[in-house]
Amino acid sequence: MTEATIDEKFKIIGCEDSDSEKIARPTMTYWQDAWRRLKSNRAAMISIVILAILIIMTIIGPHLTPYSHEEMIAEERNMGPSTKHWFGTDELGRDIFTRVWKGGRVSILIGVIGALVASVVGCIYGGIAAYFGGIVDDIMMRIVEILVSIPYLIVVILISVLTKSKGMGSVLLALCITGWCGTARLVRGQILQLKKKEFVMAAKALGVSSWKIITKHLIPNTLGIIIVSITFDIPGFIFSEAFLSYIGLGVQSPDTSWGAMASAAQNNLLFYPYQLFFPALMIALTMLTFSLLGDGLRDALDPRLRQ
Amino acid sequence: MLKYILKRVLYMVLTLWIVITITFFLIHAIPGNPLASLARNLPPQVRANYYAKYGLDKSVPQQYVMFLKNLFHGDLGESLKFPGRSVTDIISEHAPISARLGIQAILIGVIVGIVLGIIAGFKRNRWPDHLVMFVAILGVCLPSFVLAALLQYILSVKIELFPTAGWGTGKYTVLPTIALCFGSIATYARYMRSSVLDVINQDYILTAKAKGISNFSLIWKHVIRNAIIPAITILPPQIAGIFGGSFVIESIFAIPGLGSNLVDAVNNRDYTVIMGLTIFYCALYIISLLVVDILYGVVDPRVRVSEDTTE
Amino acid sequence: MNRILEVKNLAVSFHTYAGEVKAVRGVNFYLDRGEALALVGESGCGKTVTAKSLMRLNPIPPAEIKEGSSIKYNGKEVLDMSKEEIRAFRGAEVGMIFQDPMTSLNPTMKIGDQIAESLITHMNLNKKDALDKAVQMLERVDIPKPEERINSYPHEFSGGMRQRVMIAIALACNPRILIADEPTTALDVTIQAQVLELLKELQSEMNTSIILVTHDLGVVANFADRIHVMYAGKIVEKGTTREIFYEGEHPYTWALLSSVPDLYEENRKKLYSLAGTPPDLLLPLDGCPFASRCRYCMQICKEKMPPKTELSESHSVSCWLKHPSAPKVEKPHILRRDV
Ligand SMILES: Nc1ncnc2c1ncn2[C@@H]1O[C@H](COP(=O)(O)OP(=O)(O)OP(=O)(O)O)[C@@H](O)[C@H]1O
Ligand code: SF4
Ligand SMILES: [Mg+2]
Repeated sequence: MTEATIDEKFKIIGCEDSDSEKIARPTMTYWQDAWRRLKSNRAAMISIVILAILIIMTIIGPHLTPYSHEEMIAEERNMGPSTKHWFGTDELGRDIFTRVWKGGRVSILIGVIGALVASVVGCIYGGIAAYFGGIVDDIMMRIVEILVSIPYLIVVILISVLTKSKGMGSVLLALCITGWCGTARLVRGQILQLKKKEFVMAAKALGVSSWKIITKHLIPNTLGIIIVSITFDIPGFIFSEAFLSYIGLGVQSPDTSWGAMASAAQNNLLFYPYQLFFPALMIALTMLTFSLLGDGLRDALDPRLRQ
Repeated sequence: MLKYILKRVLYMVLTLWIVITITFFLIHAIPGNPLASLARNLPPQVRANYYAKYGLDKSVPQQYVMFLKNLFHGDLGESLKFPGRSVTDIISEHAPISARLGIQAILIGVIVGIVLGIIAGFKRNRWPDHLVMFVAILGVCLPSFVLAALLQYILSVKIELFPTAGWGTGKYTVLPTIALCFGSIATYARYMRSSVLDVINQDYILTAKAKGISNFSLIWKHVIRNAIIPAITILPPQIAGIFGGSFVIESIFAIPGLGSNLVDAVNNRDYTVIMGLTIFYCALYIISLLVVDILYGVVDPRVRVSEDTTE
Repeated sequence: MNRILEVKNLAVSFHTYAGEVKAVRGVNFYLDRGEALALVGESGCGKTVTAKSLMRLNPIPPAEIKEGSSIKYNGKEVLDMSKEEIRAFRGAEVGMIFQDPMTSLNPTMKIGDQIAESLITHMNLNKKDALDKAVQMLERVDIPKPEERINSYPHEFSGGMRQRVMIAIALACNPRILIADEPTTALDVTIQAQVLELLKELQSEMNTSIILVTHDLGVVANFADRIHVMYAGKIVEKGTTREIFYEGEHPYTWALLSSVPDLYEENRKKLYSLAGTPPDLLLPLDGCPFASRCRYCMQICKEKMPPKTELSESHSVSCWLKHPSAPKVEKPHILRRDV
């Protein structure tokens, strides 16, 4: 080292022009970060793939066979899986492969629509209760308290007994009537917490309008938990639909759903177990993938875990 | 505390009354009044009797008052399908069977679930954890009726370990109990695992460690005690789940319990029985909610005080 | 010999999904009997990790105590102790008080039991004697009506009272060392003073050594015998309290000093403001960790770690300004005044 360079090295340059702060980790938005976390969760990613396959199959599956879901082939009853009938046939000679995907449509649609409707209602209800607080909140929450203190399957049974018309509509109605309570409580809790946070207080103090506060602060900050709760609700709804169909209150023949197929197969279980196997497998797969995806989403979207 | 319980009991009665009212008017709002339509085919003399018995000659509000009065005396009405058989009889005859099954299932479900969850939490990311979580995932994604069918097929048809169906000795309860409690085991195992992991990361665990106490004290007094308390809060949905599960499980195993009676009533459109059992189940559930709440207050000192003072 | 604790080359890393966080990067210090040592530095500089390491309380994994680290208690290597030894060491030889009294007590256990627990473990007392001793401890930390209070639960206590209980727990077995990790940060100013006074009192009474961790130099002025200033996992300046306050040489020490309100009240407006944030502990650090925020930063600071310069037997500083070739800089005006 020469004198000159030493002097050079010991010249005060201060920190104003320092750029060392910029080499810190790149900043990421909440959603980018969440996506990155989700991507690194292998179980969740596999679940997404399986789910996608399941959904695609419910759309194209019934068209892959020459049979329709209601077509009964008298001489081909109770046939095991073969090249002719990939998943075999049921006691009326209907192709199970076709019916599984046809029934999957109903099951998944009920799950998704049910969860969406329940979430929307729950969000609005919980949001209103939390936002206005006071007596409004008190009354609204009492109502929820009463609703959740009725075992929900009982309500569902009662409703489906009452609405004589059977099929997706009445099942959905029955499921949605109590389904939103959980989301309402969740959203209310979250918003109450947010309301106490500085940034919302500050916005309020600055005279930002209620609408702005709701759309700018409250909704984005509750979206994460809502998405997670929808993901967990879907399998719950599919489960309940299966249950209802199982005790004969759900979708009626010739239409079908996984629950209805499982129920029909129960009688023949001893002789033709494969008839139960396929719808049961589909229910289990759907439940499993939605649960794993929900776990993954919760880990990805939970801001507390964010570093 | 007493004041709190009193308040809760009051709420309970109110909720029950609302449920009864709604159920009553819903049933009576069914188009074509099912009770009346059933009577239509009877000879006139019998029909008059029938009308009088079910109060169909009176207006709906009058019937409602009458229903409440009867209910107060423990009379839930008579079956439409099997005249002469009162709902109260059905309950007292079949509820004990369901109760035995249900209590067995909830006890095993909760205890086994909690133990598995604690093991998984402490052995995080090692094989016991993976095994427990695998079982838990299975339990979460297998509907109880599928599990019941599987159990029936494997354990009673293939290897004839247990009776296929029916009710009798304890042996008959094994398969239905497993089918009923598997979901609870799964839910509890998952819940306890995350609860244990949560508690392990709390500051007070560090304080306890810094005291140098034995591992046993640390795990038992500090971790498990605090981890179990919140698990009480998920008891009610488990109870509701066991109610629901019992409806199908009892049908599958041909168990003469209340659940299979309800399913039969639903299929027969036996409205008085449906109404009576609905009210009974709701009452049971609401009482269990209250019991769980009180239990929670007893084990968590924080709740005990905050409720005394908020009044 | 008087030296009860000697820490050499302590380095602790956390293995996170983002990479290795080098939270503590080679820390050396010692503690003498009856002495009060303060570890000072801003949030995230590794004070708590250092303090916890002394009792091996960092969870492993994700934490890892690096090869070459050494913590000697009375000549015995803490890092080599067996599970039984470390348990006997914790609570009996060293007690610790944590930052947040609201979360540091077990919410479902009576206060008395929480104090008695370590007495039963380390002093072989039966439950009754231990509870009697717990009452005495509560009395010593100025909790009124201790006989009744041992049956209370933590949520029935205020923050200040809980911290007193924590002190009672930590001192129950009369340990030789008390580690207090920001014992007053979560408390009101008035309560802060009371708690510190109590600590000081108990220290001289029981002749305990104290390691006080704080981010507030103001807190330690009347408390500590010696002060170590930490920055980004390293000790950048060590000295007696006098030396740090009056002869502090590190630019970071200056920054800390000028943010102490009571000392330079009238100069508040001219505060040496410390802009920016500490370096990311995930990234490798080649130069002086303070370089990005130091107004005296030189080219060399960004390239090479500054060596340690001994200024006196007790005073040392790691800064290139002490290099013979470095320009002489004046300390910031406000620090040159005698207080
Ligand atoms: N369990 C952990 N996992 C990953 N990183 C950790 C963990 N614990 C601490 N760290 C990191 O170690 C660094 C030092 O943390 P430490 O808690 O010692 O700071 P501190 O000086 O006590 O700050 P404060 O004044 O806020 O308490 C921080 O950057 C933190 O991110
Ligand atoms: S070494 Fe350089 S950058 Fe670091 S404190 Fe000293 S002068 Fe500032
Ligand atoms: Mg700290």
